[in-house]
Amino acid sequence: MGLLTLTRRHIAGLSDVFEKLGPFFLTTMTDDGWIWTHETVIPSHQEASRQVVREILDRLQKDEWIEQEIFAIHLSLEEAMVNAIKHGNGYDTRKTVHVVYRISKERFQIEITDEGDGFDPDGVPDPTNDNHLNALSGRGVHLIRSYMSEVKYNEIGNSVMMEKLRTA
Amino acid sequence: MAECHRIQVSENGDVTVVRFVDRKILDEADIQELGKEMYALVENDKRKNLLLNFTQVEFLSSAALGKLINLDKKVKANSGTLKLSNIRPEIYEVFAITKLNRIFDIKEDEKEALSSFSS
Repeated sequence: MGLLTLTRRHIAGLSDVFEKLGPFFLTTMTDDGWIWTHETVIPSHQEASRQVVREILDRLQKDEWIEQEIFAIHLSLEEAMVNAIKHGNGYDTRKTVHVVYRISKERFQIEITDEGDGFDPDGVPDPTNDNHLNALSGRGVHLIRSYMSEVKYNEIGNSVMMEKLRTA
Repeated sequence: MAECHRIQVSENGDVTVVRFVDRKILDEADIQELGKEMYALVENDKRKNLLLNFTQVEFLSSAALGKLINLDKKVKANSGTLKLSNIRPEIYEVFAITKLNRIFDIKEDEKEALSSFSS
């Protein structure tokens, strides 16, 4: 299954997405030193997400990022994409996930936006707290924050920006 | 025992040793299946001593961690013992970051894990 082609319907849908994004993300959309920039809209389906993740990891490997940092980015991507597809869009294949990623010599940055109602990332219980250690879920945000250099959610909580600074 | 697609099961004395078929445990559907197969060992086959050998596991998402926690609950409810072994450093870090290394009994390798069942 390939990436979804941008049809008129999805372009119309994208304008709704950008309305929700707000000014914050627009100011970071420069091409200052970025080697790779890619923007895509995918259906809420794991296979589509897998393709984007694979593309990102291939590029990072070609740019010779160290395995430890590729692992950190990979895990964060998996958690963020599942959050968008499953929790944000409820696996509704009519809903899309907007992905923009950029890679420079020093950093990797990605913005993932779903069409859901959002959530409060600060309202997620700390999974390392003794009361929640045994919980069957709820570790995704904590893992993303632990592995990425910077993580920011928009006000609604349906869009996340994650950045990883290259150290080696 | 039901047919297993995501795990390989073997016996070592009274310990059931489980290995994972997938190197990268990240697909939602596969993780669901993985959970069912592991739970069946406890709920259907009534196995008490379980060792999960993570040799070759290169990647693990948080959904898989949830299955492990649920398995641990089922094993304990059955008065059994669950141990983990052969976890790569990068995977161990996932357990450490989520503080799950406090819940699970994690051993360096299978040999150490197996001998710890009898002590």
